[in-house]
Amino acid sequence: MKSNGAQILINSLQSEEVEYIFGFPGGAVLHIYDALDTQDEIIHVLVRHEQGAAHAADGYARASGKPGVVLVTSGPGITNAVTGIATAHMDSIPMVVISGQVPSPLIGMDAFQEVDATGITRSCVKHNFLVRDINEIASTVKKAFHIATTGRPGPVVIDIPKDITIEQITPKSYPKEIEMRSYKPTVKASNRQIKKAAELILNSQRPIIYSGGGCVIGNASNELREFTRMSGFPITQTLMGLGAYPGSDELSLGMLGMHGTYESNMAMYGADCVIAIGARFDDRITGNLDKFCPNAKFIHVDIDPSQISKNVVADIPIVGQVKQVLEVLNEELKDKKLQDISKWWSQINSWREVDSLAYRKKSGVIKPQTVIETLYEVTKGEAIVTSDVGQHQMWAAQYYMFDEPRRWINSGGLGTMGFGLPAAMGAKLAMPEKDVACVTGEGSIQMMTQELSTMLQYSTPVKIINLNNGYLGMVRQWQEFFYDKRYAMSYMDALPDFVKLAESYGHMGILVEKEADLKPAMLEAFKQKERTVFVDIKTDPTENVFPMIPAGGAHCDMLLAGRDEMVSKDETDLNAV
Amino acid sequence: MRHIISVLLENETGALSRVSGLFSQRGFNIESLTVAQTNDPGLSRMTIVSTGNDRVLEQIVKQLNKLIEVVKVSDLTSQDHVERELMLVKVCPTSKDELDIKQLVDIFSCKIVDVTEKTYTIEISGKTKKINAFLNALDSAIIMEVSRTGVTGISRGKKAILK
Ligand SMILES: Cc1cc2nc3c(=O)[nH]c(=O)nc-3n(C[C@H](O)[C@H](O)[C@H](O)COP(=O)(O)OP(=O)(O)OC[C@H]3O[C@@H](n4cnc5c(N)ncnc54)[C@H](O)[C@@H]3O)c2cc1C
Ligand SMILES: Cc1ncc(C[n+]2csc(CCOP(=O)(O)OP(=O)(O)O)c2C)c(N)n1
Ligand SMILES: [Mg+2]
Repeated sequence: MKSNGAQILINSLQSEEVEYIFGFPGGAVLHIYDALDTQDEIIHVLVRHEQGAAHAADGYARASGKPGVVLVTSGPGITNAVTGIATAHMDSIPMVVISGQVPSPLIGMDAFQEVDATGITRSCVKHNFLVRDINEIASTVKKAFHIATTGRPGPVVIDIPKDITIEQITPKSYPKEIEMRSYKPTVKASNRQIKKAAELILNSQRPIIYSGGGCVIGNASNELREFTRMSGFPITQTLMGLGAYPGSDELSLGMLGMHGTYESNMAMYGADCVIAIGARFDDRITGNLDKFCPNAKFIHVDIDPSQISKNVVADIPIVGQVKQVLEVLNEELKDKKLQDISKWWSQINSWREVDSLAYRKKSGVIKPQTVIETLYEVTKGEAIVTSDVGQHQMWAAQYYMFDEPRRWINSGGLGTMGFGLPAAMGAKLAMPEKDVACVTGEGSIQMMTQELSTMLQYSTPVKIINLNNGYLGMVRQWQEFFYDKRYAMSYMDALPDFVKLAESYGHMGILVEKEADLKPAMLEAFKQKERTVFVDIKTDPTENVFPMIPAGGAHCDMLLAGRDEMVSKDETDLNAV
Repeated sequence: MRHIISVLLENETGALSRVSGLFSQRGFNIESLTVAQTNDPGLSRMTIVSTGNDRVLEQIVKQLNKLIEVVKVSDLTSQDHVERELMLVKVCPTSKDELDIKQLVDIFSCKIVDVTEKTYTIEISGKTKKINAFLNALDSAIIMEVSRTGVTGISRGKKAILK
């Protein structure tokens, strides 16, 4: 029996065991929607904006570890999705995006709703395809999933001209394997390099483990725990790595970088051996490269060779899957005697005493930090927390202790405001049993409120924790520090009534203006298992995120809360350790 | 440092723009770029001349390797190799220059490949230096136009890009 291209496409997606497609229809994909309608294996989630589709698929992928799938029409459909695709790309999230294209004969004719989708997305995808032949649909889908999910994961776009979805052929069975001579992601790491790393580790006096998103993406949490506990080394995690190692554990120093803890950054500065595992030395981590870890040798484990020695030259590069590398490394270190690092720990503990996340409560205002602490308490640290971008994101990262991977879902690389809500919807679909909270700000949430409608339609109960400080707070903070308090455009004078907004979408809304009401409101919100609840919390508009390393600063130059002067600890005598 | 980078890649639409896009996106410079199909019609070979220090070159090679369609990348400059460039130059000599031109063509052992009433088209191939020298030796007033292929290259001896 013959099938058209659209049916072949949908069958291919079924073969890939796709559960959900996040999408929005339009002319170029009508045949695909028609084919979707006659099956019930895949559930299509109709978003309200294509950017929401991409973020929701992304949230689904981050929570489940499976690739997210998006379907959009040509022209404005795919351009709307670009922000979401770029967001996934920057954070190495597996995603397959199918975009309709104008019929093949019209390509290049400035046809209605034509954009050069592969051209536009080229620099923000892992790969993209323009399908030119109906016979290539199945193999292209196979390749797309293979590329998106192996090696360093990332989004793949498949652009399909409408005529190809209409054409009919007798389909072949879906390919079981795919062989690409030009794509062979490295799988097994060099044992020699791992042995060298083990040697450096055994000789280090002031080691630190710096782990990142690669440990989450690569499902290497257990191996990371084993490595850290066996070595007894201090561990600091990037914004993207949080949870791979339990944040509440005593070996954990918390996050590092621009808004990292004092002890993390000081330990990086003082270390003689930095073991980077699935982290990419982002500029929010390194600050001033000339002053980055001035005394350290670097071991760098990454699946992507181009990340190694990009910003910081690795002394011992190891290209491979974190999981496999750590398995071998753990075996290598078993029963070996490490250096006594108790002096290093006592130095670190003295940095810990600075208590860099301490903050002072003020009567009459709700501190944003308190909100996150309350969220942590009410959810017993077990919720999946998504976030938008800004101060609230940093507070969520600092004050919610993530003890498991895939519980913390945020846009780190691109820093996309609007990410949080649709990502929470995707995460809830992936993990229906878990409580999902979206920590957001009144600025960010307004970029995606339309998805509240989708969330009603598909019953994805999420708790929205809006840290409403009345400002684009992160922008305001920089203006306070670096622009002489000239607050250009960081204030919005016409905020909606978020409670009514939520209610008009059929959800529940709670306004919190007093600290005493905070915990009861959250308890109430989480009691509503079947409903999305928008908790709008008026927080201190003047609060800033501390610690902070100003752009271009070194790890030892930190602004701490409640101090007017920058603490600069360059003089710390590390050789004494 | 100047580097000649050979890239073997799947002969697919869009592959060229992926490579050139990569260079502009990451701020790598391109002195020249040539591309054509190889003996295997499924594969194209590209030769890129770029400049940069070792760190930059390392990134260029790694980023090229990361492109899904790229099969093999090789830095020819780091090995024994042969490099060539071809130039066509059209000149309109006055009668008194004609002799000079024929002499130059002899000295540089290149060829006059087309002659019309008023113009000569000369073909020269060799290393970039030789081509530059030839161009400098010509009286700039008589040069009508120049078309150069950019450098292409191949390693010497038993080694081949895929073996
Ligand atoms: C407002 C704001 C403030 C920020 N402040 C900070 C801050 O203070 N501190 C901070 O840490 N970040 C901060 N960030 C985030 C920052 O921009 C980067 O996104 C983040 O630091 C990158 O994390 P990562 O190094 O873990 O890399 P990721 O982006 O998570 O990349 C993962 C790395 O692991 C590799 N990898 C993937 N899978 C595997 C595998 N299976 N095996 C081996 N390797 C693998 C990849 O190739 C990649 O190199 C901030 C972002 C925003 C928006
Ligand atoms: C799409 C987008 N535009 C602009 C920015 C720049 N930006 C970063 S944080 C921020 C302020 C966010 O305000 P809000 O959501 O209220 O969070 P707050 O910082 O107040 O917690 C802005 C504008 C961004 N990250 N993303
Ligand atoms: Mg705000």
